[in-house]
Amino acid sequence: MRAAVILFPGSNREGDAARALRQATGRAPDILWHADHELPAGVDLVVLPGGFSYGDYLRCGAIAGRAPIMDAVRRHAARGGLVLGICNGFQILCESGLLPGVLMRNANLHFVCRMQHLRVERAAPPFTGRYKSGQIVKVAIAHGEGNYEADDATIETIEKEGRVAFRYCDERGQVGGGANPNGSRNDIAGIYSERFNVLGLMPHPENLIDPLVGGTDGKGMFESLAAFKAA
Amino acid sequence: MKARVVVTLKNGVLDPQGKAIEGALKSLGVAGVASVRQGKVFDLEMEGGDPKVATERLQAACEKLLANTVIENFKIDIA
Repeated sequence: MRAAVILFPGSNREGDAARALRQATGRAPDILWHADHELPAGVDLVVLPGGFSYGDYLRCGAIAGRAPIMDAVRRHAARGGLVLGICNGFQILCESGLLPGVLMRNANLHFVCRMQHLRVERAAPPFTGRYKSGQIVKVAIAHGEGNYEADDATIETIEKEGRVAFRYCDERGQVGGGANPNGSRNDIAGIYSERFNVLGLMPHPENLIDPLVGGTDGKGMFESLAAFKAA
Repeated sequence: MKARVVVTLKNGVLDPQGKAIEGALKSLGVAGVASVRQGKVFDLEMEGGDPKVATERLQAACEKLLANTVIENFKIDIA
C-alpha cells in the first residue's frame, strides 16, 4: 500500500493522517503539494486531510476542489484508485465532484468539537474491512460545516446503493435525534462514490489510533487500507 | 465593464445563517421581517466591451467556481 497525502494551504491534519498511515502500513506516505500536477507513479491511496484549506473562503473546500492536483486525483479515482477525504477533505471531494452533495453549515450553527459515536453501515474492503457491519465506534469530530445535504433523488440513490459509510449515533447505536451533531440528512457521517473507491467522512479516525490518546477505534480504517492490494 | 454576480441558496435549502440573522433582527426589535435568506455578492471588473462575451465568461465562472449549483442559484448583471 503506497499512500500520498495532499497538502493544501490551510490543511492542518496532514500530520495526523500521515502518522495513522505510517502506523498501519509501515511506510510514510508521500506529502504532495496542491500545485503539483501529477501523483507519483504507484500511488494506491490519496488522502485529502482535514483543516481549513484556503481559510474556507467562498465555500468550504471550493477552491481546493479546483486546485491543479485535483485533476490528477480525479484521473486516479477514474482508474479505480482509492481516495479518502477526511473532514475538510470530504468537503473538497464534494466540491470537486468526486462525491455527490454538499456539506453545509451545522444546523445549530455551532462548531462541534467532541467525541462522537458512529455506526459502521458498510464493513467491506478496502476502507472498512476490519470493522463489523453495524459496529459502533467512537471517534473525534471537529467541524462547523458537516451538515450533509443533497437533493432527494441523490439521497435516495445513495441509500439504495448502500453508499452510506457511517451514520451518527449514540453510545447504544441509536441513530438520529440528539446523536446527530450537525443536522446531516439521514444522519450521514460519511459516503462512498458509486464504485466504492472514494470515501468522504466528517469524523477523524486518524486521531483515534493510540490508546494513550482517546482510544483506537480509528485504527480499523487504516489497517483495512494497509491490507489493500492493487488489482 | 462592471458586473455583479449574486449567488443565493435555492428554495427549500435550509439556511441556518439566514435563520440566525432573522432571530437577531427579531431580538433587535426590527419589525416586519418575515424571513431572511443569506447570499453572496461578487463585483467584477470585466475586460473588453462586449456584454455578450462578458456574460458568457461570467456564466462559466459561476458554474465552475462562484456558485455550487447543487444548492445555489446565480444571477449575472452587467452595468
